[in-house]
Amino acid sequence: MFKIVKKRKLNENMTWLVVEAPLVARKARPGQFIILRTDEYGERIPLTMAGHDADAGTIDLIYAAVGRTTMLMDQLEEGDALMDVVGPLGKPTEMEGLEKVCVVGGGTGNALAYPLACGMHDHGIHVDMIAGFKNKEHVILEDEFRTGTDRLYITTDDGSYGEKGFTTDKLKELIESGNEYDEIVAVGPPMMMKFTCGIAADYGIPSVASLTAYMIDGTGMCGGCRCVVGGENKFVCVDGPEFDGALVDWDELIRRNSYYKDQEAHDRAHVCRLTGGVRYHD
Amino acid sequence: MINFKQVKNPMPEQDPQIRARNFKEVSYGYTAQQAVNEAMRCLKCRKKPCTTGCPVMVRIPDFIAKIAEGEFEAAYQIISETSALPRICGRVCPQENQCEGVCVRGIKGEPVAIGRLERFVADWHSAHVKDYEEAADIPASKGRKVAVVGAGPAGLTCAGDLVGKGYDVTVFESLHKSGGVLAYGIPEFRLPKDIVAEEIGKLEKSGVKFITNAIIGRAETVDELMEEGYEAVFIGTGAGLPSFMKIPGENLLGVCSANEYLTRINLMKGYLEEYDTPVPSGKRVAVIGGGNVAMDAARCAMRMGAEKVYIIYRRSMSEIPARREEIHHAIAEGIDFQLLRNPVRIVGDKDGHVTGIECVKMQLGAPDTSGRRRPIEIKDSNYVLDVDNVIMAIGTKLNNLILNTTEELEANSKGGIGTDENAATNREGVYAGGDAVTGAATVILAMGAGKTAAASIDEYLSNK
Repeated sequence: MFKIVKKRKLNENMTWLVVEAPLVARKARPGQFIILRTDEYGERIPLTMAGHDADAGTIDLIYAAVGRTTMLMDQLEEGDALMDVVGPLGKPTEMEGLEKVCVVGGGTGNALAYPLACGMHDHGIHVDMIAGFKNKEHVILEDEFRTGTDRLYITTDDGSYGEKGFTTDKLKELIESGNEYDEIVAVGPPMMMKFTCGIAADYGIPSVASLTAYMIDGTGMCGGCRCVVGGENKFVCVDGPEFDGALVDWDELIRRNSYYKDQEAHDRAHVCRLTGGVRYHD
Repeated sequence: MINFKQVKNPMPEQDPQIRARNFKEVSYGYTAQQAVNEAMRCLKCRKKPCTTGCPVMVRIPDFIAKIAEGEFEAAYQIISETSALPRICGRVCPQENQCEGVCVRGIKGEPVAIGRLERFVADWHSAHVKDYEEAADIPASKGRKVAVVGAGPAGLTCAGDLVGKGYDVTVFESLHKSGGVLAYGIPEFRLPKDIVAEEIGKLEKSGVKFITNAIIGRAETVDELMEEGYEAVFIGTGAGLPSFMKIPGENLLGVCSANEYLTRINLMKGYLEEYDTPVPSGKRVAVIGGGNVAMDAARCAMRMGAEKVYIIYRRSMSEIPARREEIHHAIAEGIDFQLLRNPVRIVGDKDGHVTGIECVKMQLGAPDTSGRRRPIEIKDSNYVLDVDNVIMAIGTKLNNLILNTTEELEANSKGGIGTDENAATNREGVYAGGDAVTGAATVILAMGAGKTAAASIDEYLSNK
């Protein structure tokens, strides 16, 4: 069992958990993820780590309670536990040779952008962070980004906070105004990453996108997370999760990530499971 | 007295129509009377080809003789001298290629039903002998640590043998449950999971420590384990990444690997309502491949409620690699075998969901390097089967995580971990066996490798 030592609500949807997982924390690096299971009856879902503390033996998980598993997780409190946590999985973020990057986070993707942006900054890379949200209520991690990166630009779709507009508008503006980035990093919903990487390509700048997919084991065994990159099948779990954004077949990724939507919607209607909470049982 | 009946005592089993819709075990196993009667078919021949045909050299005529005398526990003790998991092997071994394949009775008529007898004896022991009677056998600890990576058949066997010799054994498993392919791959109706749990429970009682959710190569490397005081490491991480055919449409929604499909059902209990695991549950399902994994996937699909399930295999029934009994069971359960057929394309609708699979008819040509006749396409013989799920069961490629993360560990010519005949790798104190070395093979071969490795590790540590 993996004890939740701290739970912090970032806003109505987003929660930050600190979870005891010493074996994972010891080796974790920015960009890597874990797979967790809430209880005996739960699914295995991948989640990118928002941080880790090797000395304390803990990892940080930030999630939006939108799926079945994350909604169940939201019912857990400090002192409760997740049944299974396994990792670190996937390749860590490539940082070698980079001097200046722009990290673009979209919505809940900002939670995953956070460890990447700050990790790159800690590595001595100049990091401009564009964090885009729907509106003021959805803004998260502002203080963390401000102290953890070089420059922070917040955008909201409705202009209720920061600058009005999309992250892609801001990215264009920063590039047009003479910033020379070695790489653009996109983290967020696939559609947002698709457009962000498209802009990078327009300006001839390399881009990296952090992908999420359905997966079971996280070690390459199931093949459920396969995606097409550069015309070839790749496994997000072992070949990724970060890929060259210019080579990802975005439309296919978006399609594949929709496969279990109907089943999930059906299950969300099963109030008993969700209100009944987690059931460890052996 | 010899029973000269030319056929095996039939195995009592669930009616095919009924079992095709449930996950309960297909076969009930012999009664004591049936077992004794079958045991009397053994000729006790001098040459004992059956024992030579067994990868772990079970003294088969001796245990069968004990059954014939009604001494079932004595029979069990003979099997367990060499086989760590008899309840499992009696169910999943391809006996027709091993012990039964060389049985003298098979020359004229059917061989002795060695697998069914092994299963009977092991089940009898499990039902009648209490664990505390066995606990007395645990030897004193030598205080020397051995790590086993992977809790599948190879690792479990190796761990069992080593703990029996007094080593402190810790097994590291990457999934949340131990058992490897016995847990995630082989379905409940063929190998009930309480049997797997019982075998693992026995190992735990005898002192083996299991650490689940631990991916060696990521969370810790083999080198780090050795620095931490493990004097030897056995790698039994199994086969790896599922192969796909590289035909158009393979990433459509509703196409998955058999690994994924079976793991969702077996490890994550997708067939039970109370589990959250979603499972692709089409009404018409095509399974590509002819091995045991393909049979398991096809029979699971039937049990998940499919109306029509196809096995698509590019050779004929005489080349099909699955265990005979599974093929018979699959046919009885209504699986439609499309033999000498090869998929060329998977077809989908505008939303990307699978709607069909286009196949081409094949004929057999001259034998290829595997000795089997090579399938050749018959021109313009294409046709489309309407299906909404396609499950790829065409084998796996090796996973190189351990090779990539262990200093100077060498691969073999197939890309697996390189070992000598004693399961030793080029690294001192590091041993390997099972699918991680050979590529996808059988439970019993993995167990044999685990056994060999345990003996080598014992010898190495005794002389160190």
